[in-house]
Amino acid sequence: MAKIIIPTPLRKFTGNAGVFETSGTTVREAIQQLTETHGGLSRHLLDDNHKIRSFIRVYLGENDINSLQKDETAVESDSVISIVPAIAGGI
Amino acid sequence: MSQNIQLSGPEMARYARHIAIPEFGLEGQKKLKAGKVLVIGSGGLGSPVLLYLAAAGVGTIGIVDFDTVDESNLQRQILFNVNDVGTSKAETAKERLLALNPHLNITVYKTRFTRENALDLIKDYDVVADGTDNFPTRYLVNDACVLAGKVNVYASIFQFEGQVSVFNYLNADGTRGPNYRDMFPEPPPPGLVPNCAEGGVLGVLPGIIGSMQASEVIKVLTGVGEPLAGRLFLFDAASFTTRILKVSKNPDTKITELINYEQFCGIEPASDKPVKEITVQELNELMIEGADFQLIDVREPHEYGIANLDGELIPLGTISSAAHRISKEKQVIVHCRSGVRSAKAIRELESLFGFENLYNLKGGILAWSKEIDAGVPQY
Repeated sequence: MAKIIIPTPLRKFTGNAGVFETSGTTVREAIQQLTETHGGLSRHLLDDNHKIRSFIRVYLGENDINSLQKDETAVESDSVISIVPAIAGGI
Repeated sequence: MSQNIQLSGPEMARYARHIAIPEFGLEGQKKLKAGKVLVIGSGGLGSPVLLYLAAAGVGTIGIVDFDTVDESNLQRQILFNVNDVGTSKAETAKERLLALNPHLNITVYKTRFTRENALDLIKDYDVVADGTDNFPTRYLVNDACVLAGKVNVYASIFQFEGQVSVFNYLNADGTRGPNYRDMFPEPPPPGLVPNCAEGGVLGVLPGIIGSMQASEVIKVLTGVGEPLAGRLFLFDAASFTTRILKVSKNPDTKITELINYEQFCGIEPASDKPVKEITVQELNELMIEGADFQLIDVREPHEYGIANLDGELIPLGTISSAAHRISKEKQVIVHCRSGVRSAKAIRELESLFGFENLYNLKGGILAWSKEIDAGVPQY
């Protein structure tokens, strides 16, 4: 199963789980499974057109999916998808 | 520039372990002495950054910080000790750093980093180290660095998680590397990603991440190694996992001037939608009179555990779904730590449910501790 790594600020919507396992074969399917399982995440990850919001980056391995096939980027069973939001803390 | 720099005998002795590194050597040390770094924020990240840059011999260091040392800073801001509480962070940091290394020029700027002063503050420095704590200032630091052609060594932290990158790096061919806006064109909506005061941070995390930030500053100044440009480093202390992700330039990123960053980040000025307020003295009188009112605490459960006024706990993120628990008849006083989140809660309840009986406790539980009951811990 591929893994989606949930960043700390969004773990309040996944019952504190940091990893979500998915059988999705594209990034879109994987994110869809994630948001179906954890409904609270949906409005934070996706806009009204079900596109990933611009303050969040999604990576497959070390590559931004925007430099691959975006939502349609293929996901393998050993893929690691990272959801990366901006964080601002420093003091 | 470093050709004209000489190291004194005591400096040679002090930096012997740097000079002994073959690819660093005397030349690297001279570059550090010639280097000028502006550190914005002398808190969690700023503490290790400043300590290591000073110890390493960065010749000119500027410190921007308007704040004073607070008891709750000492869990992670290792520049300061209990005797420093109440003093200027920037001034106290300077004193500490000069005690560590007297061969430095340190300038303090006891001011907020703002759109008005940003370009003037950074113009005399080579590198900026961003140790601030909110999105508007993050974007401001980035944009000012891009406009002024400065390298922005960036780090940020939240709970157990840290990020590091080198933005706007000057490549050998004269082009600039990706900047913060290439990575995050837009900030998250207000409230989704809390700052450290609201969300908390593991005390040692800024020590780890800030040390990496200092290391990147030293690499940029000396040209030793490969700076973390075009890459974002992620660290999760809870699971001890690290990742390095590629960051590319975004052709849509256009930075032509400094803008209103509060507006850009969706943070409405408090004056736009005033809420009714009550002072801690007035609340104290109501309590003494035994008046019939409802007290709502919109902080997080762990904060309630540290200090509370015996209010009903309804965290800000759940306020709308718990609106039925809030009276529409009697006076309702809403409080948080400092009064910011409770004002947000009141605006949300007023706009969604038409409440007209909500009062924000001015200054929050901090004001209560300062003015009514010093036995209530400040955090």
